[in-house]
Amino acid sequence: MEEDTIVCRCEDLTLADIRSVLQRGYTSLEEIKRITRCCMGPCQGRTCRDLVVKEIARSSGKKIEDIGLTVFRPPVKPIKIKCLLGVWEHE
Amino acid sequence: MRCKRERVIFLQQTEIAVVGGGPAGLAAALEAVKMGCQVTLIDRHAFLGGQLVKQTHKFFGSSKQYAGIRGIDIAKRLAGDLDSGPGKVSLELNTTVLGYYDDGVLLVEKDERVSPLFPERIIVATGAMEKMLLFRNNDLPGVYGAGAVQTLMNLYGVVPGCRVLMIGAGNIGLIVSYQLLQAGVEVAAIVEGDTRIGGYLVHAAKVQRSGIPIYTSHTILEATGENCVEGAVICQVDEKWQPLAGTEREIAVDVICLAVGLTPLTELLRQAGCEMYYVPELGGYVPLRDENMQTTLPHIFVAGDAAGVEEASIAMVEGKIAGISAAGSLRSCTKIDGLLEACRQELHELRAGDTGDKSRRGLEKLRKTMEKRKYAEKDESTGLLRA
Repeated sequence: MEEDTIVCRCEDLTLADIRSVLQRGYTSLEEIKRITRCCMGPCQGRTCRDLVVKEIARSSGKKIEDIGLTVFRPPVKPIKIKCLLGVWEHE
Repeated sequence: MRCKRERVIFLQQTEIAVVGGGPAGLAAALEAVKMGCQVTLIDRHAFLGGQLVKQTHKFFGSSKQYAGIRGIDIAKRLAGDLDSGPGKVSLELNTTVLGYYDDGVLLVEKDERVSPLFPERIIVATGAMEKMLLFRNNDLPGVYGAGAVQTLMNLYGVVPGCRVLMIGAGNIGLIVSYQLLQAGVEVAAIVEGDTRIGGYLVHAAKVQRSGIPIYTSHTILEATGENCVEGAVICQVDEKWQPLAGTEREIAVDVICLAVGLTPLTELLRQAGCEMYYVPELGGYVPLRDENMQTTLPHIFVAGDAAGVEEASIAMVEGKIAGISAAGSLRSCTKIDGLLEACRQELHELRAGDTGDKSRRGLEKLRKTMEKRKYAEKDESTGLLRA
């Protein structure tokens, strides 16, 4: 497969991008997320998470279930700051 | 800087919050309200029914699971039952549950405003999301998920293109292929990586009779085209799903439709701290839960694809179980044993046969893992875990 294949559509990351951070020694999803911003876009990893985990499994030889994911935090979808701040109005 | 309060937020309370108004959530809400509970049903869409509203085909199975009725009509019927039911379900449409907080509060968003909801029990029926596939040019316009194709055609009456390559011969791939034919769209072929067709033979036979070839042990290598999909390169794969060199060929299509499986939507369960377990047979990580659909957090129940990806008819029965269990754990009603047993028998029948083989294997893994856990005390009168 060509390395310009898109893995994360939100953050425009290719397979080459993911493989390059793996080669640089970032081997957990948490690290890869912080370095590349994968799983941090509008879809919150719903598209790329499994794909990145599979790539980690492939390069490390680990089982999928042994790789571990990142912490899940609210909100589950992107919202406008206004949704949270709308209760206050500046005087 | 001084701030003026524009509106005061009250903490809303309810006995049971059902998150998701698809087949599982609807069935759960109906059962819980029948047992006299105060139920709040939340769905992010403007309509109830979830994926059922895209199902233009007739279901099969037994009459208990609405056999012979189209999915969209099942959705209408369930929504109608909610209206005419014995109790009142408070319905929150266009509403998204954004998160679960440690104190058991759900943060709910509607019309760009958030508010907290404090339920005594939560039934998570959030369904599943589609899996993505890696291949070259998978970002070209014309590459769709099967769910999107169904939404376009069956909800909005828009065809996605003229000639489609379907990836995946599970039930969704087969059914959407047939729906494309019904909409007058040509389906060039169905490609399946596995050595055998995953979906029901009834559906497979129907599309094959219509002249659509199904290529098992095949995969897609790349989408071709400048600015949009103009074709697809497919090839044969070996038993480890690795492409076999020299078997590549290009098919002219303007749509590539991905039906390569679903994975449970479990963010809320994760935030709450329900223990998760990886079961590929059920679509990936699923919450650990017992046969009452009670998770490792006894006040949280789960039903439908969020509990493990299976069929809509199974989701409805799981919903019933979750609804009865959640209500039973609040009301300490001792009659629930018989009701639950009847539902479990229904599930057993639905999962029988070859097509239920994968689910049965996955569920057996879950059962074995659950057996080893001792995380909550059991209420002997109801058989439920004490919340």
